[in-house]
Amino acid sequence: MATDTIKQHDAHAHDGHEHHDAGAMKIFGFWIYLMSDLVIFGTLFATFGVLANATAGGPTSQEIFELPFVLVETFLLLISSFTFGLAVLAQNAGDRGAVLKWLAVTFLLGFGFVAMEVYEFHNLIAEGYGPDRSAFLSAFFTLVGTHGLHVTFGLIWIAIMFFQISKRGLDSVTKPRMLCLSLFWHFLDIVWICVFSFVYLIGAM
Amino acid sequence: MFGKLSLDSIPFHEPIIMVTAVAIGIIGALIVGLITYYRKWGYLWTEWVTSIDHKKIGVMYFLVALVMLIRGFADAIMMRTQQAIAAGGAEGYLPPEHYDQIFTAHGVIMIFFVAMPMVIGLMNLVVPLQIGARDVAFPFMNNLSFWLFAVGVILVNMSLVIGEFAKTGWLAYAPLSELKYSPGVGVDYWIWALQISGIGTTLTGINFFVTILKMRTKGMSLFRMPIFTWTALCTNVLIILSFPILTVTIALLTLDRYLGMHFFTNDMGGSQMMYVNLIWAWGHPEVYILILPAFGVFSEVIATFTKKRLFGYKTMVWATVVIAFLSFTVWLHHFFTMGAGADVNSFFGIATMIIAIPTGVKIFNWLFTMYRGRIQFTTPVLWTIGFIITFTLGGMTGVMLAVPGANFVLHNTLFVIAHFHNVIIGGVVFGMMAGFTYWFPKAFGFTLSEKWGKRSFWCWLIGFYVAFMPLYALSFFGAMRRMQSYEQTEWQPLMIVAWFGAVIIACGIACIVIQLVVSIRDREKNRDLTGDPWDGRTLEWSTSSPPPNYNFAYLPDVASIDSYWEMKQQPGGFKRELATKFEDIHMPRNTAEGPILSLFALLFGFALIWHIWWLAGLGAIGMFVTFMFRIFNNDTDYHVSAAEVEKTEREYHKRLEMQA
Repeated sequence: MATDTIKQHDAHAHDGHEHHDAGAMKIFGFWIYLMSDLVIFGTLFATFGVLANATAGGPTSQEIFELPFVLVETFLLLISSFTFGLAVLAQNAGDRGAVLKWLAVTFLLGFGFVAMEVYEFHNLIAEGYGPDRSAFLSAFFTLVGTHGLHVTFGLIWIAIMFFQISKRGLDSVTKPRMLCLSLFWHFLDIVWICVFSFVYLIGAM
Repeated sequence: MFGKLSLDSIPFHEPIIMVTAVAIGIIGALIVGLITYYRKWGYLWTEWVTSIDHKKIGVMYFLVALVMLIRGFADAIMMRTQQAIAAGGAEGYLPPEHYDQIFTAHGVIMIFFVAMPMVIGLMNLVVPLQIGARDVAFPFMNNLSFWLFAVGVILVNMSLVIGEFAKTGWLAYAPLSELKYSPGVGVDYWIWALQISGIGTTLTGINFFVTILKMRTKGMSLFRMPIFTWTALCTNVLIILSFPILTVTIALLTLDRYLGMHFFTNDMGGSQMMYVNLIWAWGHPEVYILILPAFGVFSEVIATFTKKRLFGYKTMVWATVVIAFLSFTVWLHHFFTMGAGADVNSFFGIATMIIAIPTGVKIFNWLFTMYRGRIQFTTPVLWTIGFIITFTLGGMTGVMLAVPGANFVLHNTLFVIAHFHNVIIGGVVFGMMAGFTYWFPKAFGFTLSEKWGKRSFWCWLIGFYVAFMPLYALSFFGAMRRMQSYEQTEWQPLMIVAWFGAVIIACGIACIVIQLVVSIRDREKNRDLTGDPWDGRTLEWSTSSPPPNYNFAYLPDVASIDSYWEMKQQPGGFKRELATKFEDIHMPRNTAEGPILSLFALLFGFALIWHIWWLAGLGAIGMFVTFMFRIFNNDTDYHVSAAEVEKTEREYHKRLEMQA
């Protein structure tokens, strides 16, 4: 649906027949990038699966995971996905103010998520359970950290988007970018649900 | 301040390296001097370095690949010389730590910095023209991909003089590549050269995938695409799906080496076999990334020079798709000796053998295309026929290796070396040389010397057999791969024969260089103004050579496979007439952001190799800021005015008429 909107918009904007779907092409390309990123996460999940029990005398997942804490993190990210959805709806309605507002809310929620993750990592390292303690912890920190790094990039992107939209408004450049960012943000949500299920829930059991 | 880097990092005590360094320095200074003397820096910058023209980017990829071919071959002949000497207690002229770097560098360079850029270079030059497009989907990203690849090339070459290269073999198996066993910077050079250029490759994969799916001209359905474009599509799917695995694998090794993690270490729960599994989960698709486009080249060449439509177009397409799919199901055959058990080994053994079926379909398609065709024995056709014979042989030794029982005997012997050179030289190199000769006139507007092309072919063909058949034989006597020296003096005669084969291949490479020089000298004589020197079948031959930057003044309509050929068969034929009405053409602008961003990537990679943390930070910030410039740059495209298009087209037609 989002793709169609852009297509129509651009078809009106240009008469030339070869570049009229540049926005749609960008979004399609971004989908493909996300698929390759998915392979990155898939490989990290596989690695974690192989090494999950390689604790080398260090702590096991049952000993270090705190589910209630992670659940709060999870909800922060899930709600941020919802608020990003509202931002896209506002974009479709052409309401720049609302877009900026929901972007800001999404940013805060995402920031909360990253802050909580950093806190969790900091605590583990302080207790001597850093990524160099065992292969299991290496795999855990790398998988969760890669996701966290992605969210951090997402935050930077939101900030840039906020700045750009407030500067130049919603046009044929910023709109496809917003849709790409929205795909990225939802994608990270889905990956996190897998992290929560396969790493934390199964690990804590 | 400079991390691990000091003056001791430069191997002054190694005469071979120092002589090479001086030679490179002199040649480099000469080139810089000539460019300065002829005041070509501005031209280079505006017309090439910052160019987003897919044709020019393709040419640059291929040029770098040819230069790196010479570097990689120098490694090869050093190895063959060493093995020809170092028998029965003789140590030869290369100490083990140098020999190990050479075979590692040879593999890395030949795969990543010769074969890959040749494939990607051809894709760049040909694919948009074949599908009737004016550019790729993301032109800036295309330029960036090239320069990130160039960073990898530069890092590998820096390792020659500053520090060392990995001594681990081209795939840097852990735990040998871990800090404990490889404390030097060699593996770090390997890591950052491959990581940075690999990201460029992934971007290329995405770019061309979208280009092929979204930018085909009117009427070109998927099953009307030229076969080369089909193979390029499958290759890009493989790139998108497999290169991220390489990225992760290298990243995990990086974390082990830089942050003391334990993915692949011997202690603390690390798993060495996981490394081997991961690297081959990328590595096996990688060989199909290289060979599929070569198959595409042969298909185009054989159809063009037999004046027939390719036999079994649809089966060719499906064979390509099936090979692409199967390429992800065979990685374990690289390490049957891991001990995964009979059931697992059987699965991967059978899956491997099944690949021979679609490949066989292709071989027969090419043969049937030639059958009753009017074959013109041009250089590309010679490469193709040489390929069909050589590759079939290599394919059969591949099936032999796919038998787990036999593999236990052949694993890590020269048999493996002979096999993969058999398919990579006989397949990829021959294919790229065929494509090079075939499409060179499209890129430059004049044909290459047939005489020197054929000489090159015969040297390569004969050289290959003389160099590698002895290795098959030696493997049955128990000769292992990667030997710096060996006791058995009875192996030496065959080793000397193999060395002589390498010398013949050297003549083949020299012929390519001479071919280029001679052809450029005689370019006026070999000028092709029609844009269609071979009486071709696909759209790239319907435009002028070299094509204008917008490729087609009018986007062609396509009604069949080999549409350009069909146009020529219409009553009255195809006429290169000047259009009556022109329109503005929307094109992307050249941009300096790609090379600048890559320059910071180079600083970043170099700094991480040598643990110069402040410089790494500077590189990272530089990359980010450059990228921000790109994002906030509103001036990324422009319109070529109708008047300008008309002027270009009129000039071209004037020259055509003058020739007629």
